[in-house]
Amino acid sequence: MTPSSEYNFAYLDEQTKRMIRRAILKGLAIPGYQVPFASREMPMPYGWGTGGVQVSAAVLTPDDRFKVIDQGADDTTNAVSIRTFFERTAGVAITTATTEATVIQTRHRIPEVPLTEGQILVYQVPIPEPLRFLEPRESETRKMHSLEEYGLMHVKLYEDISRHGHIATSYAYPVTVEARYVMDPSPIPKFDNPKLGDCPAIQLFGAGREQRIYALPPYTQVVSLDFEDHPFEASKADHPCGLCGAEDSYLDEVIVDDAGGRMFVCSDTDYCEGRQAAGHRGKDAA
Amino acid sequence: MIDLSNVSKTFTLHNQGSAVIEVLSDVSLTVASGECVALTGASGAGKSTLMRMIYGNYCAQSGAIRVGRVDLVQSEPREIIRLRREVLGYVSQFLRVVPRVPTLDVVAEPLRAVGVGSDEARTRAKELLTQLNIPERLWSLSPTTFSGGEQQRVNIARGFAHPYPAMLLDEPTASLDAANREVVLSLIEAAKARGAAIIGIFHDEAARARVCDREIDVSRFTPGMSSSSEAVGHCNESAA
Amino acid sequence: MTPLLSVQGITKRYGAHIGCADVSFDLYPGEVMGIVGESGSGKSTLLNCMAGHLRPDAGSVVFDTRGHGPRDTVTMSEPERRMLGRTDWAFVHQHARDGLRMGVSAGGNVGERLMAVGARHYGDIRDKAVDWLERVEIDASRVDDRPTTFSGGMQQRLQIARNLVTGPRLVFMDEPTGGLDVSVQARLLDLLRGLVRDMGLSAIIVTHDLAVVRLLADRLMVMKDGHVVENGLTDQVLDDPQHAYTQLLVSSVLQV
Repeated sequence: MTPSSEYNFAYLDEQTKRMIRRAILKGLAIPGYQVPFASREMPMPYGWGTGGVQVSAAVLTPDDRFKVIDQGADDTTNAVSIRTFFERTAGVAITTATTEATVIQTRHRIPEVPLTEGQILVYQVPIPEPLRFLEPRESETRKMHSLEEYGLMHVKLYEDISRHGHIATSYAYPVTVEARYVMDPSPIPKFDNPKLGDCPAIQLFGAGREQRIYALPPYTQVVSLDFEDHPFEASKADHPCGLCGAEDSYLDEVIVDDAGGRMFVCSDTDYCEGRQAAGHRGKDAA
Repeated sequence: MIDLSNVSKTFTLHNQGSAVIEVLSDVSLTVASGECVALTGASGAGKSTLMRMIYGNYCAQSGAIRVGRVDLVQSEPREIIRLRREVLGYVSQFLRVVPRVPTLDVVAEPLRAVGVGSDEARTRAKELLTQLNIPERLWSLSPTTFSGGEQQRVNIARGFAHPYPAMLLDEPTASLDAANREVVLSLIEAAKARGAAIIGIFHDEAARARVCDREIDVSRFTPGMSSSSEAVGHCNESAA
Repeated sequence: MTPLLSVQGITKRYGAHIGCADVSFDLYPGEVMGIVGESGSGKSTLLNCMAGHLRPDAGSVVFDTRGHGPRDTVTMSEPERRMLGRTDWAFVHQHARDGLRMGVSAGGNVGERLMAVGARHYGDIRDKAVDWLERVEIDASRVDDRPTTFSGGMQQRLQIARNLVTGPRLVFMDEPTGGLDVSVQARLLDLLRGLVRDMGLSAIIVTHDLAVVRLLADRLMVMKDGHVVENGLTDQVLDDPQHAYTQLLVSSVLQV
């Protein structure tokens, strides 16, 4: 598809992209720090990834190969429409293969295949402020970040354990970046948290409605918060994938009939298809 | 132990035409350890005022009030509080306590304040309450609901819980029956015997005769009423 | 003896209006000081200046810190001041909901200060929280309940537990018994007295209730129009007030 001449490259005007790039550079310079930016109206509603889309628009070049995943899948509405959006407005190549993509925009997952140097992972973030749960005042949360007052984050985990007997937070699990800023990793499952740290790719986080950008440069130290007697665990459903048999990937539970029948399948469709193509089979595979 | 020299007291009623009332002037007296001295004089002579001044409750306009090594006229509040906690006991006519605190704890509190352990303080409190015939069933109740006589006895028990080297007693035997009066007098005698310097107000002449070594008639320090509006010395008033 | 807190010439103006003017005093370890005055007398302004919530226009608030001896908390860096606020200082608000996290369980409320100073062992934090709930006479079975399910008196006791768990040396209290039933007030006063005695706390209590200061405070400061008009031993100031305003204040109290 050729880019529509109706739009500037990647939809946003050059001034806006420069403004966003400055925010990204600042975010990379201060890993985990939330940089305010002037979020633009995008031709999609808030909550559909407007933050991620603006970050993608600012980093895409005509030579990039772009992949979008939503909950791990390349073929859901949100993923398809964002992919099509940039295909049309930027004319970039698109792909569903993690290994081939240079820019990956994601909602709620980190791909199973390890990312490599040169790749950029762009996260869509609904609520960037990890302290918001307990402290509604923005002025106060900013001060808490600047003074490294993070006791409140543990209050949240304490509440979890007191209510459920264990840390029940299973997604958007807070992390400490380079022993400094506490960061919300966006609503990825905590299974993905270990992939945040020491990652060769650049990770960028965009929150459109909240107008914040933050970032993890390659090989950043990222530690999930926990208690000594309740250590962090990157948990997943205790099954192999029903389609490809993978035992190391994050699984979605799928209800398959009206009788309560269910199967567990890889949430990362590209990973699952790749394994199946290589001949791996799970117990539910046709 | 207790030594007053040239102490005077005036009240300035700022909200009543700045009337100045001279209550006491040029009071000098000394009470040695082991001695009990009665303050006498007609009603209004200033007996209670003088006693309150020795306790630091009223401030003196001039002179010195020494109890042990502390001059109450010059001292900081914390020094007076320490004096009251460790050295100077006061049995007033009225019981003033936090509502809902059990009688046993009210009596034990002066001991707790000087660092005596909870159990030991309560044991001493039980002894005193038993001695003063406060029925055991009342110990767990707050004394605020007690009769006047019972309150007075709780007050005495509290006042005698810690062996203060100096004590002020304001009508300790008033409103007591013969048996309890006897207990209080024996407590006073015991305090004297261990060396306490005591100043008391006793309307009960027989009691006074029994426990007091001397009497001081406060009337001789009492000037006539005056309505002079001259400025008087300030005690703690800020130069605002 | 070094004062725990030495306040010198604290002045705070709101434009042309004086909040408090040139207030000075020393507070020694174990002392409880009351500040009384009517609404607008500057007592809350003064308290907030001392506790670091407001920056005074002039004056110093020197606190005898554990690590570095006397330090002026007005000029120390904000992180240091906030650290004091979580460790050696405590602030009890009049309204418990200003001092509590209403969406967090009682245990979480008490544990917050521990976690803020680095406690990372859930079991230990919880044990301490339960211990403190019992010390303020809240049943340990309520540890996982939110303060929204507590009565006003319980909320206030929870706020006190939350403040005292890190073993502070100085407690600021703003009308701690305001808004509570009289019977609940009495229990709270008794609790505070016991804690002050057993922990050797120093405290500054702002109130307009003379009965509260008589029972809790060793010494008293009377404020009017931003100025301290009288100070001294609590019972002396109340029973033999020297300043015209104090005389008026004391004589205005209804006798029960």
